[in-house]
This record gives sequence, structure tokens and C-alpha cells, in this order.
Amino acid sequence: MTTTAKWRTWLLYAGVAAVVTYCLAPFYWMLVSSLRRTSDIFDTSLIPSSVSFANYRALFDPAQGFMRALLNSLIVAGITTTLALLLATFTAYAMARLEFRFKRLVLTLIIATSMFPVVSIVVPLLKLFTDIGWINTYQAMIVPSMSFVLPLAVWNLTTFFRQMPEELEQAAMIDGCTRGQAFRKIIIPIAAPGIFTTAIITFIAAWNEFLIALTMTNKPSMQTAPVAISKFTGATTYETPFGSQMAAGVLVTVPLVVMVLVFQRRIVAGLTAGAAK
Amino acid sequence: MVDTEIPPGTAADGPAGAAGGRAGQPAAPVKGGRRAWATAASGRTAALLVSPTLLVLTIVVLYPTIMALRESLYGPKGLDPKTGFITTTEPFVGLQNYADIFGAAGDRFWNAFWNTTFFTVVTVGLETLIGVTMALIMHRAFSGRALIRASILIPWAVPTAISGLLWRWIFNSNGVANAILGHQVLWTTEGFHAKVAVIIAEVWKTSPFIGLLVLAGLQVIPKEVYEAARIDGAGPLGQFRRITLPLVKPALLVAVLFRCLDALRMFDLPYLLIGAQKNSVETLSMLAQNEASNVRFGPAAAYAVILFLYVFLIALGFVRLLGADVVGDDGSPRKNKSNSKRRRAPGPDSAEVSA
Repeated sequence: MTTTAKWRTWLLYAGVAAVVTYCLAPFYWMLVSSLRRTSDIFDTSLIPSSVSFANYRALFDPAQGFMRALLNSLIVAGITTTLALLLATFTAYAMARLEFRFKRLVLTLIIATSMFPVVSIVVPLLKLFTDIGWINTYQAMIVPSMSFVLPLAVWNLTTFFRQMPEELEQAAMIDGCTRGQAFRKIIIPIAAPGIFTTAIITFIAAWNEFLIALTMTNKPSMQTAPVAISKFTGATTYETPFGSQMAAGVLVTVPLVVMVLVFQRRIVAGLTAGAAK
Repeated sequence: MVDTEIPPGTAADGPAGAAGGRAGQPAAPVKGGRRAWATAASGRTAALLVSPTLLVLTIVVLYPTIMALRESLYGPKGLDPKTGFITTTEPFVGLQNYADIFGAAGDRFWNAFWNTTFFTVVTVGLETLIGVTMALIMHRAFSGRALIRASILIPWAVPTAISGLLWRWIFNSNGVANAILGHQVLWTTEGFHAKVAVIIAEVWKTSPFIGLLVLAGLQVIPKEVYEAARIDGAGPLGQFRRITLPLVKPALLVAVLFRCLDALRMFDLPYLLIGAQKNSVETLSMLAQNEASNVRFGPAAAYAVILFLYVFLIALGFVRLLGADVVGDDGSPRKNKSNSKRRRAPGPDSAEVSA
């Protein structure tokens, strides 16, 4: 009995190690490669023989334009997230707390749009934006991004609002608050963590967007970070600058990884919202 | 609790919710005037709160879809065969774009169609297998749970575009994949190995997501069910097949549906890992984007419409045939599928994964 129990524990530890390795190994490889010198970039040792920050220094070179791309990403993802949260908070409150006709239909429609193939709206919007001169503008990236960020925000917030005890609002309304006051003074403060988590999840979704940003821009100064990194060119045309691509990849990913590590419990709750009912 | 003072709809559990659903109809005499008034008012508030979102979605989703439908019936600008002048407007060509897709341009379309389908079936299949295994390990693991949860979120947080470049580096001819294999494979050139590269990269990034959703499903299964099964003599395999799988099925179905719809629109990964206009990995999204960026809007729109219909049919199939419940509990009473959902304790915070 004890030997089987020992075996089980051992097997479980092996499983945990396997899962952690599976998840982290490619990411670790990106980090290690970004720290190698250009001369030993094809080295396959697990630890770089000599750590070099040359790849990172190259990114901060203004000629590369990577800082501008990061700023573009921040602007596009930031505005998209703010707009989506503003609209979604009200809608999600109605979904979670009010009774009205076609509620299920409305929620189904909103969720359905988040599963919509982005390319189906990018094609007609590219033509429209070309005609009205919106190519290489922030709004040309923000407007299409709303199509998948807004439903995500509504769905997440609806789940968070549903989890909050109704008694608090009811007590406030018995004490003479209107529904609006109860929403402002009771719901918003309590829901702040949920709204914050939704903000992180929607921000990550908007930050990671590639297809829209690729299609709607052709000027390097307006490209977002993922598009700019994919277009990095090396010293010669046939040489892909893997070192600086990996360094840029680390820079783009690390803020997200930090957010994920700090708020992991909330993010998991937000991501699995609605999956287990 | 003074339940008479609470506006109806807030505590809708049971027939009151159904009454709220018909708020717009003349007040039912039995319910009393006050209640009907409150429900109508809440309907107005709801309309006010929901309409901005619906308006935005109409502008960014519905309107472009209708535009795509219309656009797919028009051909490219070019020489007018009658006058010989260059036309400034696009000529109406009817269903010609669709006829071309299934005729003249058929090879490229069917190739992209089968690539998309192949990627979806294989990646979602592998992801489900790996994801469920991960979830079972995480569910059992008591030490190291925080570590495992943190690391499982990393592949999800890495932008797909960046992961495409990362795997392009790993699959480089002198890269680490070949070093481990001890064998030179030109992964990023045309051929079946390119498909394998895309599948590995995609599965790496998204299996943890299925793992998380399944874990959430596992954590709401009460321990007593397993104890009862053990007493009745069920082995570990029997327990997994007869208890775990059926009870996790709703969560798993939603996860698989979402993954399928996401895989059907795959673009970033094959585009960056292998490249544009590569037959081995070109998906429908890549085909439509390629045509649009070459200013061939008519065919591009036709491809977009076909992809949209394909996604729609798959989603419909999941919801109708397999009963995937995407929307979840909206507070109104269930009509038909009550027994399978109500069996678990429907705590409002059951969606939260406890640590």
C-alpha cells in the first residue's frame, strides 16, 4: 500500500514537472536566445555562455522605430480597453441584474460576435477605410478591435456581477437609494476587482491583436509592436534577425507575464467565467 | 427579508422570471399594477444600458458583414468591355466571384479550406487530450499548485504573433528543434512538416486554456460522488469514465467549441511561422486577407463570407447537436435541460477556481 502511494506521489510530481516544463520551455528559449551575442545565436546550450544585452540595446536605437511601435500598441490597446469597459459595465449590469425581453437572445448575440472570424470584417472595413482615408490611423485599428474586445468584456463582467450578493443592493434600495445610486455607490466599489480583472483580460486581447494592425497600416511609424517585430530586417535581406526579434518578443511579453503572475488567481477566475456553471 | 418591497426581476427565481420576460405585454391582471410597472421600468432601464453596446456591435460587426455580402457580388475595377474606358466604379458581377471560387480559383480555395479544417480537427483534438491531462494533474497536485497555475498562463499571455516568431526560431534549420531531433528538417519550407510545425506551435499555446476550463469543471464535482463510487467498487478508470467525463462534459464542450471557432479563423501563426501564400499552411483567413491586401476586394469578400458561413454552421452544430451551453444561467428559469445542470450545487461562485 505504501509503495503504491509513494509511486503515486512520485508520478504526480513528474506530471507537475512535465506541465511546467511544457509551458515554460519555449518561453525560456526566447529569453535565452535574446541574451546571446549575434555571433553565437545558433548556440544550443541551455545557459548562454556569455550574457549580452546587445539585442536589447539595438531595440532602443531610434532608427529601429521599436519604441514608437510600443507606444502605438499602448495607445491602441489602451483606448480599445477603456471604451470597451465603459460600454460593457452598463450592459453587463443589465444582463446580471435586470429582467427584460430578449435578454438571452441579446447575450447570445453578443457572445456570438466574439467568435466571429475577424477577417470577415477586416476585408470590407479595409475597403471602407481606404475610401475615407483612415489607413494608417489609430481609429482604423481601434474600431475593428472593438468587435472582439467588447463581447469579451461584457461576458466577463456579467459573470462578475452575477457573483455579487444582491442583498447589498436591495438593502441600499430599501434605505432609499435609486437603482442608479445603488449601482454607483454599492456595485461599482465592490465590483472594482472584477472590472480590473476584465480590464487586464481585454487589454491582453487587444495588445496581442495582429491581423487588423497588419492590414490597416502600411507606414512603419503607425505599426503596432507585433507587426513591427514581424517586419524587423537584418543586416542583409536574407538574414532574419532572430536575436533582436526574440529580445523584442521578451519586451512585448514581459509586461503581460508580470500582470499574469501578480493577478493570476483573478485572471483564472475571469477566463473560466461561465465555463463551469 | 421583506420580499414584497424588492423590485421584481432582481430576485427572479421561478415563475417571476418568466413574467418579467413578457414585460412589454399588457399587465397581467393577477400580478397587480405595481409589479408590472416595475418590470416595464426595468425593461426601459435595460434598453438604455444595453443599447450602446448593441449599437457599437452593429457598426463594427453587422454593418461590415452586410458590406462584405454586397462586396462579394462586385468585380474589380478595370476596362469596361463596351466602352474601352477604365471604369471608376466596380462592376456588378453577381455570383461570379463565388462561381470562380468553386471553379477557376477552386484549387487554391479547396486547399485553404482543407488546411483550415485539418488544422482545426488536429489541433483541437490534441489540445483536448493534453488539456484534460493537464487538468487532471493540476486537480490532484496540492503542492506546487501556485507554480503550475502561474506557468500555465504564460503560453496564453504570449501574443500569438510573438509565439509564431518564437517557433520560427525554434524550427529554424539550425535551431533547437533540429538539435534535439539530431536530424535536419527544413520545417519552414513547403511540405507536410510545415503543417506539423504550425500544429505544435498552436497546441503549445492553447492546450493550457482548455486545461484551465476543464480544471474549473473538475473543481465543482463533489468529493462524495467519488466516495460513493469507490464504495460501489468502481476502479480509477471506471470513475473517470462514468463520473469525471460526464460531469466535466458541459465545461469541456464550451472549451472545445471556443477552440474550434478560434482555430477556424487561424491567421497569425501560419502567416508568421511559415509565411504568406504557402500552399501547405494557407488558411481561409490568410487567403481572404491576401486577396484584400492585393485590392481584389470582390473575391476577398466572397472568401470572408464563406468562412463566416463555415464558422456559423460549426457553432450551430455544437449548440444544436451536442447541446453546448454557451450563454449559461441568465437568471431566468430553465425549460428543458434542468436535470443535468441542476445536479451540481449551483453556487453563484462555482465558476471561480479555488486554489
